[in-house]
Amino acid sequence: MLKNRIIPCLDVKNGRVVKGINFVDLKDAGDPVEQAKIYSDGGADEICFLDITASNENRDTIYDVVKKTSKKCFVPLTVGGGVRSVDDINKLLNCGADKVSINTAAVENSKVVIDSSKKFGSQCIVVAIDAKKNGDKWEVFTHGGRNNSGINALTYAKKMEENGAGELLVTSMDRDGTQVGYDIELMSKISSKVNIPVIASGGVGNLDHLVDGIKLGKASAVLAASIFHYGKHSVKEAKDYLDSKGIPVRI
Amino acid sequence: MNVTIVDYKSGNISSVINSFKEVAKEKVNIEVTSNPNKIKSSDKVVLPGQGSFKSCVEALNNIDGLSDTLNEFTIINKKPLLGICVGLQMFGDIGYEETETKGLGWISGKVSKIDNQNGKFKLPHIGWNEINIVKDSKIFKDIENNSHMYFVHSYEFIPEDKNVISATTDYSTKVVCSVEKENIFGTQFHPEKSDKFGLKIINNFINL
Repeated sequence: MLKNRIIPCLDVKNGRVVKGINFVDLKDAGDPVEQAKIYSDGGADEICFLDITASNENRDTIYDVVKKTSKKCFVPLTVGGGVRSVDDINKLLNCGADKVSINTAAVENSKVVIDSSKKFGSQCIVVAIDAKKNGDKWEVFTHGGRNNSGINALTYAKKMEENGAGELLVTSMDRDGTQVGYDIELMSKISSKVNIPVIASGGVGNLDHLVDGIKLGKASAVLAASIFHYGKHSVKEAKDYLDSKGIPVRI
Repeated sequence: MNVTIVDYKSGNISSVINSFKEVAKEKVNIEVTSNPNKIKSSDKVVLPGQGSFKSCVEALNNIDGLSDTLNEFTIINKKPLLGICVGLQMFGDIGYEETETKGLGWISGKVSKIDNQNGKFKLPHIGWNEINIVKDSKIFKDIENNSHMYFVHSYEFIPEDKNVISATTDYSTKVVCSVEKENIFGTQFHPEKSDKFGLKIINNFINL
């Protein structure tokens, strides 16, 4: 039986781990390579690096982080943030990333997803959707949550599947950093709309939120940062808890 | 000993390289090449594969003499070869991804899309799944039945002779996830991304 995945996410800036509260107010909390190794040794099903300010700053540091991590961690490594082109994707894959997540570039130029999934295979192309509720619908935001594209997130999710995305990483902008739980409605609507796996992100504050993301949000995988990162819970605790709630996990 | 990872410019093989180097340490030389002469002189070959069946076969055929060399290495000289993911799928006669494409024809069978039962099962099949070991395979030495391995694929290899199947995994149907036929080994899952059990499989292959 396929297991639901738990993915600790490390937000990286200038080669150091940070985690934003609603994308601002950053705290420095460690070396990404060591952190990733601790997570993979602790049973993380996958590791995710998000180079959060990469759109604006020199991003060569992330290549070095990916290179070092991929020599130490033998679970899948997803890297995103500031990925603009097929060439950027190629570089990250060559450094040892297994999947690359594309956010702003996928909104601005659908060819990036189409071309990269053809060139490298859908298995390594993750489209990251930052969505914010507006009335009864969700809109896709770009540039780390700063710009509203006005695009309907559900329609967009389906289009990205058609363009060749292998997975969708859906972040609720309303919930990110709040620790009040995933936007379950958003997750379940997108998950029901597409036939590719959905990774839920944004808002995890406790282990029940992970359970809800899978049971109610119908996500194949759950991504979280703060609850793991500041030692509130270990990945193993999270897995044991999910297991106790009848959710299939790799233990 | 020399183990060659075939780099035929199809997809990302850095994780395969990293994992083999991690396991090999100093005792085994890991070569990454598409050079037929180097492949001929190596003791073992790893054939990775990412992307579509069609793109992998095309990439392989794009390199002069590569497919003949692999054929000689595997079928005539009967030296050990490990195919990973699409590398395994290419053992078959024919694949149906994108369009009908001829495979290497080493193990009779076809490569078809996993039946997702009208959307009940998401594709790609991504994540950790248990393997059901159905016959002793040399690469499964010290690997317990129902160990978790990391998968990412939408197509499955269906061999004609079921005796070559060494493990299956449950996803919609019993998906073939490992084969062994004499000196030919293949895994549909990614040992290079399957943590310590995956590295153990790589170690078993290196130590054959």
